[in-house]
Amino acid sequence: MENFLQQLINGLTLGSIYGLIAIGYTMVFGIIGMVNFAHGDVFMVSAFIALLIFLAVTQILGIASLPLAFVLVLVAAMILTALWAWVIERIAYRPLRGSFRLAPLISAIGMSILLSNFVQVAQGPRNKPVPPMFTDVIAVTDGAYRVTLSYKQILIMLVTALLLVGFWWLVQKTPLGRAQRACEQDRKMAALLGIDVDRTIALTFVIGAALAAVAGVLYMMYYGVVNFYDGFVPGVKAFTAAVLGGIGSLPGAVLGGLLIGLIETFWSAYFSTDYKDVAAFSILAIVLIFMPSGILGRPEVEKV
Amino acid sequence: MGAKPTDAAPAFFSAEAIGGAFRAALVAAGLAFPILALRAEPDLNNQLVLLNRWPLLLWAAGIVFVGHLAAQIPHVGRILKWALFAGCTLVLVWILAGVANSNLPLRGKIALFTLIAASGFFGLLIAAPCAPGTPFHDFQKRARAFAGKIVGPIGIVALFAFPLVMLWTLGPGGSLKWINNYGVQILIYVMLGWGLNIVVGLAGLLDLGYVAFYAVGAYAYALLSTHFGLSFWLCLPLAGILAAFWGIILGFPVLRLRGDYLAIVTLAFGEIIRLVLINWTDVTNGNAGLSSIPRITFFGLPFTAADNGFAASFGLEFSPIHRNIFLFYLILCLALLTNVATLRLRRLPIGRAWEALREDEIACRSLGINTTSTKLTAFALGAMFGGFAGSFFAVRQGFVNPDSFTFLESATILAVVVLGGMGSQIGVALAAAAMIGGTEILRELDLLKAIFGPDFDPAQYRMLIFGFAMVAMMIWKPRGLVSSREPSIFLKTRKSVSASHVREGHG
Repeated sequence: MENFLQQLINGLTLGSIYGLIAIGYTMVFGIIGMVNFAHGDVFMVSAFIALLIFLAVTQILGIASLPLAFVLVLVAAMILTALWAWVIERIAYRPLRGSFRLAPLISAIGMSILLSNFVQVAQGPRNKPVPPMFTDVIAVTDGAYRVTLSYKQILIMLVTALLLVGFWWLVQKTPLGRAQRACEQDRKMAALLGIDVDRTIALTFVIGAALAAVAGVLYMMYYGVVNFYDGFVPGVKAFTAAVLGGIGSLPGAVLGGLLIGLIETFWSAYFSTDYKDVAAFSILAIVLIFMPSGILGRPEVEKV
Repeated sequence: MGAKPTDAAPAFFSAEAIGGAFRAALVAAGLAFPILALRAEPDLNNQLVLLNRWPLLLWAAGIVFVGHLAAQIPHVGRILKWALFAGCTLVLVWILAGVANSNLPLRGKIALFTLIAASGFFGLLIAAPCAPGTPFHDFQKRARAFAGKIVGPIGIVALFAFPLVMLWTLGPGGSLKWINNYGVQILIYVMLGWGLNIVVGLAGLLDLGYVAFYAVGAYAYALLSTHFGLSFWLCLPLAGILAAFWGIILGFPVLRLRGDYLAIVTLAFGEIIRLVLINWTDVTNGNAGLSSIPRITFFGLPFTAADNGFAASFGLEFSPIHRNIFLFYLILCLALLTNVATLRLRRLPIGRAWEALREDEIACRSLGINTTSTKLTAFALGAMFGGFAGSFFAVRQGFVNPDSFTFLESATILAVVVLGGMGSQIGVALAAAAMIGGTEILRELDLLKAIFGPDFDPAQYRMLIFGFAMVAMMIWKPRGLVSSREPSIFLKTRKSVSASHVREGHG
């Protein structure tokens, strides 16, 4: 039972990170119907940006207060990663609207390779050990098996929950959110009604990247190590989460993220850690084959 | 394609143009700021310390500023094309000078010099960016059509002659590098590219896990030959069948999915197979891999110095080059087999169905084509050729481990197909030669080492360049380097069509 509780905590933490990345996949897919293959690498870039800013803030500016440094890193990483995503959309995806079917996906794959190798060249191929932070833990139960909840985990769940509320408000209540939902339903009609479609799509990428940047900061802090290939596997898992929750559906992405996080943690705890990635990848295949619209998604209707 | 006609471009060197360039430079500086300008390196206590590299940030911003301004120079496209042309000419002359000054035997020098000069200048002649309408442009058109006709046969003859010419000019020691590092290595990618071309180029199914079938072929040969002592010639078809079988197993459930989903699921399957290879240690020996796989024999004669070896049986002096020459011809024949099969298949109903499917799936279904079985055949056939290439890889290396079958390998093969032009056989071959041979050549250039310091390794930049090239290709030439297609069915006359006319969903 204690083990179960501990794994539940770990799984929800991991799932929060996946959920934040998955939102970027699901929003972009919803609005332009493409799998943004480079999104996982944008997440990796954000983890590196966070690491470098954290070092700069503590070593160069000499800020000793960890919470202050954390807030600075979070804001800077969100802004800079959003800039990356904006440029990527502008250069690699926007010129391809109206090109043949596979073109944006191939371009995204190229971008993904480009990003991970750029970081490898710029930062070196070795693991970067991040200085540990927020190391305190709270004991949830006492006894032989002590279930713990670390400050890091509380922080991750708290930040995720807060952001999701803010993001929900953005999509449901603001003019930008309305424009986005309109573009999702019918891009041509939205353009006719005076919505700047290009700008809306660019902002979708930017918001997705900002959320991925938060995930990147949390990931760096939680695991304490970053590497240039860290974008690939979390990226595929977050995509799995988006598909599992129903691609195009925002609550679905969060739900899918939590489920994937839980499945992965429980699988590692009760079966084998060796095959935990196999489990996640198999879920992707199984979901796509047997329920392609996911848990909360709308079935896709093909119009001729 | 794609880029919308912008509002009238601002005049060159106007305040507006400079302002735009300044904004672009600011964005570039923002992108470069932490990632390029700072580098985190662990020190002796494994604590990360920051290294400053601010000049890089200035360079990035400066290059973007200048580039942005230069893009506004009138006729900049043509100027760039001519500059590129001049650069290629200079490189050609430089290579020729290198050959002339090298310490090769005289006959080798003359042979290499003539060959490079003839093909190089002919290539430059037809690639010169002349404006349409000029008389020379018409001549170029005819020369290009001529080149298109002869490049296949000449290429095949040249490839068959290649190892012998190399052996004759450079001797057994000097030719090893050319036959092995360049010849065999490039041909493996040509074969993989052609195999994947059936799936991606003809049937239009984006397969991101192609390397899984390569792995199945390699492990099939490694396991069958070490455990059951089967010979290469028996294992080769078995490896192909096994890979095709896996192609069907994996393909059957996923082929109902639409393009993007299919791509991601094939990627997941590729990773699953690699993870199983890593973790199923009883059979695959995990990360350590399988070693001491039986080497290739000349139809039973081993390539050893023994009395019953290949060299002794034919009265030759023993040399390791014999094995490499045999491997070269083997992979050449396998690659050509892939090519011939593809060309013949394109003329069969099934091949026509593939191409029709690529252009418009809904129309195919309404015409009564069974899309599942059509896609499945493409998938299985592509996988089979991947399996052949895999067992060749295993017999050449004598060692396999899961590191050779990562997603990057799939991405490289996909890049070969995309850059060469999806569906174009010759384009894929040229792209493989340029990409794989190009990185090998870059690695050897002393010039680059002199500029960037002695530890400069261009292989590090290889995937960076491939990734960039994939994006650039999609934007400027989405149908690849060789962008005209020979129709497999035609009315009255056979005409090459520009690839822009065979765009999916518009053809």
